[in-house]
Amino acid sequence: MIFYHFFSNPWAVFALKLAAVFIFFLTAPLFLGYVEHKGLAHMQSRLGPMEAGKFHGWAQLIADGVKFIQKEDIVPDAADRRIFMLAPMIVIIPVSLVFLVIPFGPAAVSCHAPAGAGACGFWGENFDVGIFFVLAISAISVIGMLMAGWASANKFSLIGAIRGAAQLIAYELPLVLAASAVAMQAGTLSLVGIGDAQKAYWFVFPQIARFIIFVIASLAELSRPPFDMPIADSEIIFGHMTEYTGIRFGLFLLSEYAGIVSLSAIAVVLYLGAWHGFFVPWIPGPIWTLAKIGALSFLVIWLRATYPRLREDQLQKMAWKYLIPIALVNILLTMIFKVVF
Amino acid sequence: MAVTELPTAGMLPGGPGEGVQVVIAGEELPTQEMTLSIGPQHPSTHGVLRVVLTLDGERIDTATPVIGYMHRAFDKLSEARDYRQIIALSNRHDWLSAFGNELGVALATERLMGIEVPERAQWIRMLMAEWNRVLNHLMFLGSFGLELGAMTPMFYAFREREDIQTLMEMATGARMHFTYCRVGGLKEDLPKGFLQYSEVLVKRIRHRLLDYEGLLLGNEIFKKRTVGIGVLPGEVAKSYGVTGPILHASGVAEDSRKTEPYLKYSEVDFDVPVGNHGDSFDRFNVLFHRIEQSLKIIEQVHAKLPAGPIMPGKMPKYLKPPEGWTYVRTENSLGETGYYLVSRGDTKPWRLKMRTPSFHNVSMIPYLLKGVLLPDLIAVLGSVFFVVGDVDR
Repeated sequence: MIFYHFFSNPWAVFALKLAAVFIFFLTAPLFLGYVEHKGLAHMQSRLGPMEAGKFHGWAQLIADGVKFIQKEDIVPDAADRRIFMLAPMIVIIPVSLVFLVIPFGPAAVSCHAPAGAGACGFWGENFDVGIFFVLAISAISVIGMLMAGWASANKFSLIGAIRGAAQLIAYELPLVLAASAVAMQAGTLSLVGIGDAQKAYWFVFPQIARFIIFVIASLAELSRPPFDMPIADSEIIFGHMTEYTGIRFGLFLLSEYAGIVSLSAIAVVLYLGAWHGFFVPWIPGPIWTLAKIGALSFLVIWLRATYPRLREDQLQKMAWKYLIPIALVNILLTMIFKVVF
Repeated sequence: MAVTELPTAGMLPGGPGEGVQVVIAGEELPTQEMTLSIGPQHPSTHGVLRVVLTLDGERIDTATPVIGYMHRAFDKLSEARDYRQIIALSNRHDWLSAFGNELGVALATERLMGIEVPERAQWIRMLMAEWNRVLNHLMFLGSFGLELGAMTPMFYAFREREDIQTLMEMATGARMHFTYCRVGGLKEDLPKGFLQYSEVLVKRIRHRLLDYEGLLLGNEIFKKRTVGIGVLPGEVAKSYGVTGPILHASGVAEDSRKTEPYLKYSEVDFDVPVGNHGDSFDRFNVLFHRIEQSLKIIEQVHAKLPAGPIMPGKMPKYLKPPEGWTYVRTENSLGETGYYLVSRGDTKPWRLKMRTPSFHNVSMIPYLLKGVLLPDLIAVLGSVFFVVGDVDR
């Protein structure tokens, strides 16, 4: 009975969900980072971390995190102090907010929330404009990037930040176009609704081109190889992060990995059937979602081991000449199919 | 990137019938070139080369290499060491081709003294020099990929290098600075099992080169980044005194192993791979195929290695070359290394001047970098193979 009372209090449920989202936001990137350490190492005939935590270095990233916290937080003399210190927060907060609206499972069968059945489930918040919210909020990170690059008073940082901004502008468009076609097909902007709409078939099957565009554009947005020009370490050291140390640098890194998880999660919800599984339907939905997010994130890591880096102008050319036209044609086709069938 | 196209004054639309007058002070916005100093500590310049760039946006206007951060006065130091000591000294300036360097000093001294080196020692020297070449080229194969953002080839290269270093360690006792040459021959004969392992290694590395081919040479992005970048015509390369893989990539097949054979290079069959365009991709491609040719030479050495001593029967207690001078050309890993040795009949050389390939390769940087984009700086700099110790000596 006490549970009933607890869960019928919307504020308690909200706090619980917020805590869950926050914990996921902190642990998933750590786990992914560990997988990247070990996965890359084994692809490159190395062992990777082996010492921290005794068993195959499982605690390496925790140790890294503790190290980041202990390090001195240096602000360069010439830097614009306030903006320099604020930038990592601007980068990381939008990434964390994305997790708030990702649905990990179907709506709960028995729901005690006052709003009624269907209003609660494995998600933080079911916005009617979920997809719009996700795409809009994740684009804010670039402002933090520009702030960091400009405030660092370092030429390498500046070049990196400008590259990052240019990249984001170019790739936001194919990303939004690809996502909006999904919204059209599902007939809703709500991420939960899009997940529900894929009960019969995953959207990746009719729309493979769109999925590929989405993945490429996400990689570019995340500045992950082969699109990691904003932080190309052999050219501009570490781009906008060059001057950062300690916990602020750690926040940038955390936001990179959290970004991978969040964009993978969006891709899973939009294209890979969200929580709908195949062959073994008895496995619960959230497990399916997590497994798919993991698989997609692993692809991102795999690409890092395989490809060299493109050049900035080649990247722009690819966006404007190929991805955007293909995405536009795709939208047109989706519209025609939607009207005809 | 000129901002001068901006209107000096304009109207920003406001509500209906009104607007905001925007006046930008001054006739036009001044633009200024940015000076960027890359190095001496920078991840893309292996070692301490510094390149001062003036940038117009991301386009490079001028590039000036600044060398000398690693000057250790090897030439001068040689004048205070006797001929046996110089060998240990000379394999340190270019740490990636240690055996090739010490070989040149030994050859120059022997030529000046008229020492006949035993057959077996000459073949073994050739074997070691070629293994050293593979060792060196693998390093650049990996690091070039790394600079373009491909991490994996670097680790693969180091896996192969580890195997070769184990092999070299069997014979020389060292992994990097071998000091295996002696004036007149070699330190000691090859140990038991060396040749068998060497044969296994040739096969293994030939097989693993396919990985590099797949990861880099056949990679679309890699081609996009390197084809047509940093084109160096053959004539220009010759006028700068560039040698080795960079010269070959520009279509000039000048290789002192062919044109002025030393050791037993006239008795083995190998090709000098050349490129057609002289761009970054060609330089990398030539480097890759040079490994294959080196492996070919190594296989022939396995077949032809004669038995016999490795030092001439009687060597003088003190090495005192007669008064005179000599110049020895060797095709070292990165290009032609010359040794100009002047003796005044002393136990120490009066002058030993080394002509190192990296120095001449680095002199190409201003030519190659003019007008390229900042990201291509890496594709060019990585393909102008150089070791900073070899530049400064």
